[in-house]
Formats: sequence, structure tokens, C-alpha cells
Amino acid sequence: MTAHACLTGVHTTRVGELPGSTALGLHAEAARGAVADAGLSLADVDGLLCAYSLAQPHPMLASAFSEYMGLAPRFSSVVQAGGASAAIMIVQAAALVETGVCRHVLVVTGDNRVSGMSRDRAVAALAEFGHPQYERPYGIAIYAAYALVASRYLREYGATLEHLAAIAVTQRAHAARHPDAHRREPLTLEAVMASRVISTPLRLFDCCLVSDGGAAVVVSDAHAAADLPKPRVALLGSGQGHTHEHIVAAPSLTDFGCRTAAAEAFGRAGLGPADVDVAEIYDSFTITLLIELESMGFFEKGEAGPAVAAGALALDGRLPCNTHGGLLSFGHSGAAGGMFHAVEAVRQLRGEAGDRQVPGAAVGFVHGDGGILSAHCSLVLGRH
Amino acid sequence: MADLPLPVADADSAPFWDACDRGELIVQWCGRCERHQFYPRSHCHRCHGDGLEWRSVEPAGTVHACTVVHRAPTVAFRERVPYVIALVDLDAGVRMMMNVVRCEPEGVSIGMRVRVVFEERLVDGERRRIPQAAPHSG
Repeated sequence: MTAHACLTGVHTTRVGELPGSTALGLHAEAARGAVADAGLSLADVDGLLCAYSLAQPHPMLASAFSEYMGLAPRFSSVVQAGGASAAIMIVQAAALVETGVCRHVLVVTGDNRVSGMSRDRAVAALAEFGHPQYERPYGIAIYAAYALVASRYLREYGATLEHLAAIAVTQRAHAARHPDAHRREPLTLEAVMASRVISTPLRLFDCCLVSDGGAAVVVSDAHAAADLPKPRVALLGSGQGHTHEHIVAAPSLTDFGCRTAAAEAFGRAGLGPADVDVAEIYDSFTITLLIELESMGFFEKGEAGPAVAAGALALDGRLPCNTHGGLLSFGHSGAAGGMFHAVEAVRQLRGEAGDRQVPGAAVGFVHGDGGILSAHCSLVLGRH
Repeated sequence: MADLPLPVADADSAPFWDACDRGELIVQWCGRCERHQFYPRSHCHRCHGDGLEWRSVEPAGTVHACTVVHRAPTVAFRERVPYVIALVDLDAGVRMMMNVVRCEPEGVSIGMRVRVVFEERLVDGERRRIPQAAPHSG
């Protein structure tokens, strides 16, 4: 049996408004940090995976980054699957080391969406994810597409706006314990409920942030990882689910690819939702997390809302979730947004999460969602 | 004032948009699956066959999901907010995105019956009609 690939190095840059930052500069900072965290040097890296930047787009980002950084990897490629990119890149990197193509693959993401583009341009760029003929003429935006999903899901399964708000409040409390989070000031249920409506039923605080930031992970061959200083975290299983791209073509508004992604990841790991000590799950909107939690087996349909309101996702709850604050409060920097979840899982499993550490966390779950709940990738991670 | 976006037809969709310009709703029919398909493609996305024909369908349906958008995604839509985006299940068995027009946004709800109307847009001398939804009984 092949030894599992290990996540040996992780790094997140500061996240938020970072004047003067560039997309490639954030990539470089994240890359240097992750390689140093692994106890390696950039010369040890023989594989490179990048995703994309909206602020400074490039049709060959991995090549552009190699040139900028001064790398000459044996394997170089790009993954573009929106919020699922980070998890899919980690799966791809694991396959590269498990098949002997590479020893250490650098997986790096970053974007300067705040300082590199105006808020209106960032929102407009996100509108371009809509189908140019069958969605954009109607004024679609990513938040409006998720709002369509929310309208249907809340009606069928009975979650309330207060349940969604409780997710935002819980994650802000987690972000307050992370020194690098974009938004750390306290957030109350009342403030979420009173925030302006973006697209019914979603309000401002149901929506993720727009942040500058970068994040990187080094994925290493198991034997090479054994010689490195940090506690080892292995990729025990992964799975994907892909059902559509545009919400107009989604086969269902209540059943998405996250269900098959998680089932496959758990099956490969020989574990189940009840074994997870800490979960870092894509939360572009509060509704995103609610649906994923129920679809992936952490809660029955209709039960996640009341459970969250009762504290289930808190650090001392039944399923400590998005312990860094998630996209809602830690920050969201494009493909790096999904990478923040993976980095946090590794820190939790190493026992390096400081004030937000879940005691004794040994099994972590990471999930990325790209598009409008379109592309899904789940990872089950374990401390060795 | 920025112009609202116009769909740009391609080889797959030209018959659909040309029909809209005539005030007619047509969608593709797969004889093998005996089902309609939307949006238009070069082949049937279920059986992957290419034996598709265009058929006129009843311009009526039911709201499957809806949202009232308050934050315009682009400058062009600022004058339209608040507006309703709905996923409408046509009686012919296909789902389309439309705005629900000719009514108060707050009055639109899941399960509401709608009929298809055509909204004319003129951009840089090009005129197109796009399908929209209006309350059925109106």
C-alpha cells in the first residue's frame, strides 16, 4: 500500500487590506513561509501548483510565478476550480508524490482583491461567473445565485435566518482568536439580523469578505516527510463531486456534489463524520456551510441550523468548525480562501492553533466548493 | 447610463434567440430521451446524441426559487434594484433563469405561476428580445 502523502509545510500571509501588495508578491510570501515551515528550502521543491488571480490575471500563472520566484520545477501546472481549487491542488500534489513524480510539491495561492481592484470591479468580476447568455442578462451575481439556493433550501428544510446568522456570529468569535484574521471585532446576532439585505434572504454578514492575502502548503512524499521537524499530517482520503457549473443548470438546488465528495473521502480514509475532531468547510455564504454540513453527514437535513444556534460549531462544541473564522471572518482571497481552511486544519492537527486550539485534535476534515456549489473536493487529514 | 447586457448568440443558441426576437419560445427536443433540454447545446446532455430538433413550447411555468436582489452586480443594474431573479420551471420540463417583472418584487414567491413575456433591449443599435417572467393571471 502506498504511504499517504503528508502536508509538511503551511503558511498564511496577513489577510485584509494590504496596500501595496501584489498577487505574485503574496504568492511569494506564502511560498517562502510554507517551505520554511516544512524545514525545507525552495531548492527542495520539485513540483508547483498554482490557481488563479482575479486582480492580476495571467493565462499561465504557474509559469509566471516560477519566473517571478526563480523556480525551475520538474512539474508545473494550474488548477482552476474556484473555491475547490485549493483542495483539488492538494489532491493533485498528493498524487504526484505518491506516484514518485515529485518529492515536495509547493501548492500556492494568493490574490490582492482589495488593494488591486476596486470593490465594484471585484463584485463585477464575480458576476462574470454567470452564464453570459442565460444568466448575466438577468443581473446575476454569485451572491444572488447562492440566494436562489438559500430560498429553496430554507423552504424545504426549515432553517431560519437566525440559524444562518448564528454561523456568522460563531465564526467571528473564532476569528477574534486568530491574530491574522481580517475581521476580529465582536459580532452579535442582532447586528447580523440588522445588516442590510444583499439578495434575499442573504444579508451583508451572511456573505464572505473580500480580502488581500495568500496561503501555501507543501505536500511531501511520506518518506521525505519522515525526516522533517514538524508533526506529520497525512492526507488519509479525498473525494470530489461535480454536478454543474451554472446554477441555471444545477440538477438540484438542495442536493449537491459535496455529498459524494465527502462520502468518497471518508470511505477512502476508513472514517466517518463522527470521527472528525475539527472541520474546516467552505463558507462563502452562511447558507453554503449549512447545506454542506447537512449534505456531508455531519447533521441530518434540517438539524444543522438549530444545532449551530445551540453552539455545535464552537471550539468546545460537537463539531468545532472554521476555527480560524472562515471566509466570513478570517478572509477570502480567491483560491487562497480555500487554502486558509487547509492551513488551519494542519495547524489544529499539529497543536499549533494557540488560543483557538481544539484539544487533542487528531482527525481533520477540509472541504472546498467552487462556483455555485458546483465543484466540490473533500479532504480527510490525520495526525501521524 | 450603462446599458444592460445583451446575450450574444452563438451557433448553438442562434435559433433560440432568433425565435425570442419573433416573440416565440423554442427549446431543443431529444427524440431518444423524449425530453426537452435547456440551454441549447450541440448534443443532448443526457444521452450525448446529436439528434436534436427545435420545438415551440408553452410559455408558462412555475417559480422554483427566487431572490430579490438589492446589491447591483454592475453599474447597469443599479437602476433596476430591487429586482427579482427566479429559476422558472417551464411546463415543458426545462428550467430557465428570468427576472419576474410587472409586479412588486416582494410579491414573488416559490410556487407562483408565471408566463413568459419578452423584454426588448437596444444596445449600440442592436435590438434583442429576452424572455422574462410575469405573473400568470396579470
